[in-house]
This record gives sequence, structure tokens and C-alpha cells, in this order.
Amino acid sequence: MSSLPREVFQGQVATQPAQVGRPTFKLRSIAGYLLAAPYALILLAFLVAPIVLIVVVSFWQYSNFVMKPAFVLDNYREIFSAVYLATYLNTFKFTAIVWVCTLLIGFWVAYFLAFEVQSTRIRTALFLICTVPFLTSNVIRSIAWIPFLGRNGILNSILIALHLTKAPLDIFLFSDFSVVISLIHLYTLFMVAPIFNTMMRIDQSLIEAARDGGASEWRVLREVIIPLSGPGIAIGTIFVVSLVLGDYMTVRLMSGGQSSSVGLAISNMIGGLQYPLAAANAVVLLLVTLIIVGALMWMVDIRKEL
Amino acid sequence: MPNTRRRSKLFWPLAIFFALFVIFLYGPISTIIILSFQGPNGGLTFPMNGWSTHWFYALFEQQRVGDFKGSFLRSFSLGLIVMSICVVLGTMVGQAYRYRFRGAGALFYLSVASLIVPSILISLGIGILFDRLGWTPAWYTSGLGAHLTWTLPFALLIMLAVFNRFDKSYEEAARDLGANDLVTFRDIVFPLILPSLVGVGLFGFTLSYDEFARSSLVMGEFNSLPLEIFAMTTNVTSPALYALGTVTTGFSFLVITLFLIITQRLQRRSTHAAKNSIAKNIATETEQSGLVVTQT
Repeated sequence: MSSLPREVFQGQVATQPAQVGRPTFKLRSIAGYLLAAPYALILLAFLVAPIVLIVVVSFWQYSNFVMKPAFVLDNYREIFSAVYLATYLNTFKFTAIVWVCTLLIGFWVAYFLAFEVQSTRIRTALFLICTVPFLTSNVIRSIAWIPFLGRNGILNSILIALHLTKAPLDIFLFSDFSVVISLIHLYTLFMVAPIFNTMMRIDQSLIEAARDGGASEWRVLREVIIPLSGPGIAIGTIFVVSLVLGDYMTVRLMSGGQSSSVGLAISNMIGGLQYPLAAANAVVLLLVTLIIVGALMWMVDIRKEL
Repeated sequence: MPNTRRRSKLFWPLAIFFALFVIFLYGPISTIIILSFQGPNGGLTFPMNGWSTHWFYALFEQQRVGDFKGSFLRSFSLGLIVMSICVVLGTMVGQAYRYRFRGAGALFYLSVASLIVPSILISLGIGILFDRLGWTPAWYTSGLGAHLTWTLPFALLIMLAVFNRFDKSYEEAARDLGANDLVTFRDIVFPLILPSLVGVGLFGFTLSYDEFARSSLVMGEFNSLPLEIFAMTTNVTSPALYALGTVTTGFSFLVITLFLIITQRLQRRSTHAAKNSIAKNIATETEQSGLVVTQT
């Protein structure tokens, strides 16, 4: 199977010579709008309107748990205090570490599935094995690490059995380590799936041509496979970065209060009914996400990659 | 894409790496499945203090571990509602992209934005929206909306991928035989995309059933199951927590298996259905025997 010529939205409704007077003729010109309307309305109501409101409220004042319409920058000024900057830096640190790890793991897992597994059936089965945990609960998948990483957990037992440590170590659970492990565990699939998808579209003859030309495995990888997997890597990065930047569930569950992230800080502000402050932080977080994702989208046309 | 060459030097190192990855994926959940069978005096970690199903029974005593039954039923119903909306609106919007409409590009990017927007923004934003409108948040209004911002865009992406690989020749054949748009859709397009729609349904249901971050602040008075589990992590310190994890994960696996079986059955049948429909009307041989319905 060679790479198919791809056009965006290739499969448009088959066109036919217009027959004047056909009852469906007029409907056809507005059919697209009618069919898309309910979908668009839901996104407007539950995505666009809430975000517009967040932006508005971020300029409001609040006192004694009540917010007042205003136009002040106080909430934004507060973000630039030392405490919050540290939280932002911590979030970026988590994002960077998790991104590098999921990329390395995701790339090689996808590479194995796409190029090393020969049978289509086995490949599909193995890919399914990777996909299934994605369809189970994130909360459960996070807490599942507790008996593994805890003081009396499996990891400590193994280390003691191997005489690598005498007393159980406390550093594994409720630390940055457990947060990062848990995030990698949750989100690696978002890297595997798009990279696998683009790798499966690489024209095999390109690789063979490179090999016949005398290129080593390493050179084929560097000069053919990695560049052609670029869009998949970009899409995977978009998912992982945006998911980790906005995470608050994992940080709360797995850091044991030892660490923070912007998402967690926002959820605490909401808990304290400081909505305008939460909104200002949400706007900053959204801008950071959009800048990173925007840069990546500029490099890759997602629509072509579907 | 068949790879005809012999196994490369990388095969075994990568096979081992892949195996480790699978252990990494399934290891933790296996641990809590085992631990959920702790004896009545067992704790949250190994060693096992006897074996029992004690903690599974504990789930049904409401005062002990929160409202498991109620939250499960809510999550299940919400999952079904989200699934139906995703399948119906996903089909519609997928078709809309084939008819083309102005703003199609913008709607696509809005959908991508819906997936990448930090989840806390959805929770906060819908919370403020309902607060300003004076509405009371509930799982079937604000909670449903929050879930749809995560599941509907996936439905669109899947449908676009499906139609990108769609073979138009059956449709053209039907039209040449005089079928109008509705008939063509009912008899040709729908049977062909049905397996993919099952996939859309699976995504809609499971993503909603497990959704936490976007809906955590807007479920209203009653918790969905993931929220209930999250609340339990702070106040339940017995293996009942693991028993709950085992039950819901088991349920997820059951649903996934069910959907996979249905998809496979349908995939085998759908191509036939479309072909038969054409064949009923036309006896000439078709050259489209190489039709492939790719499904993501």
C-alpha cells in the first residue's frame, strides 16, 4: 500500500449533475449548516460562552466571597507574586519532564508496532492493548500507584530484597516522582497513537530506497522516519502538553500536598470562592497553552493527519 | 503495511521495551485488583492478610464508603446520554463537512481547542455561567455539557477520519440509480459507517463514564462515579477503595469488549449491506470489490 494522495475532506458527498426542479436541490445548499448547527451550538454554549465569561470575570473584584463587576488588573498583578510564579515554574517543570518521557516511550512503542511487528493482526491486537487503559478511569489509574510506590509498597520491597536499601524509602510516593510517573502513565497513549498513525503512512519504498542506497538503520531513522513522523510527534505533543499543563487531579492525588500546579492552585481558589483570581489564572494558563499549541499547529496541518 | 524484510537488530530490544511498557500500563491496576481481595483485616498494602470478597460487599453499605450505587447509576445514565448525542451529532456534523459549509475550518479549530483547553477552565467557566444565569448545576445539565466538550470533538475527529477514507463509488452508484440524498444515506452511507459509529459510541460512553477533571465542579448536588471515587481517596482508608477500582475497571473492560465484538460483527456485515443494496438495483458487475472501510 503506497501513500494515498490525501486531500482534506476527500470524501465529500458524491456530486451529481444538478437536476433543475429536484426537491432536494434547495435543501442541499443549506444542508451543511443544518447538520452542523447542533454541534456548533453545544460548543458555543459549553466552551465559548464559559471562556468568554472567565475572561470577563478575571477583571472583576472580589471581597468576602462575593464578586463585583469591575475592570481591575489586581487579579493579574497577584499572579506575578513569588508564590504563584513558583507554581507556574513547577507546572512547566512537570510538563517538560513528562513531555520528554512520553515522547521517548511513545516514539519507540509506535516504532515497534509500525515497523517491527510483521503481522497486521498482531499489530492491531498490541495497539488495542495500549489503548484499553485509556478508556478506564484516570482516578483509579492514579491511585493504583499507591500500593506500588508506598512505604510498604512493592518497589520498596524489591529494593530491600535486592539489598539496595536497608530501610524503606519515602521518596517514591507523595512526591514529584509519583506525580511524574503517574502523569506519564496516564498520557503516554496520547503520544503513541498519533505517532503510530503517521508511521503507518510512511511509504515503505522510501525506507527501502534508503536502505538500498546503503543507509544504516540509524540513518534511515534519522533522515527518513523521524522527519516523516513529525506531524504525529507534533499532535502527540499538543495533547500531552495541554493535558499536563491543565492537570490538577494527579498533582492533588499523588503529591500529597508536597507540590503544586497551576491547575491545582486554580481549583483551590475556586474552593475558596475567589472566582476572579481563579479566572485570571485560568486566562494565563489558557494563553500559555494556546501559544504552545498554536506554534505546533503552525508546523502541522492536523486536518491532513486524520 | 507489510514489512517483508527479516527481523532487524532492533526487534528484540524493542520487543522487550514494549513488554516493559505493557507491564508499566497494567502493573498498577493489577496490584489493586489483587489487593481488593484482602481479608477483612487486611490493609492498603501488601502483604495479603488472607483472601476474601469482604470489601466488595462493603461497597454496598452506603454509610461506609459513600454512595456507590447512586453514583454508578448516574455515571451510567450520563454515559448513555453522552453516547447517544455523540453518535447522532457526530454523524450529522460528519455529513455537514461533506456538504461543506462556511465556517467549517473555524468549527474544526474550535473543536481542537475544545480538546486542548485546560480542563479546569471548563469546570470553572460552566460554573460561572450557571451561577450568572441563576441556574442550579446538575449532572444532566452542566455536567452533561462539560462531558460533551471532551467527547463531541472526538466524535468529529473520528467521523472526519472515516469520511477521508470513504469510497464514494457506492454512493455514486446509488445516485445514478435515482436515489435521493436521504435514501442514499439510509441504504448506503449509514451501513458503511455503522462500525465507525459504534467506535464513536464507545468513545462517548467510556470517556464520559470516566471523566473527572472537566465536570468536577459542575456535577451539582450528586456526584458521578469518578467524583465519588476521588472523594473516597481522602476519607476511605480500607481496601474497599480498591474493590471499587476493581469493579469499575472490570465494568470498563466489559463495555470495551462488548463494543469490540459489535464492531467486528458489523464490519463484516456492513460492506455486504451496501453492496446488496446496490446489487438489488443493478446487475452489472461492480469494480469496487476492493472497498475498505477504515475505522479508527
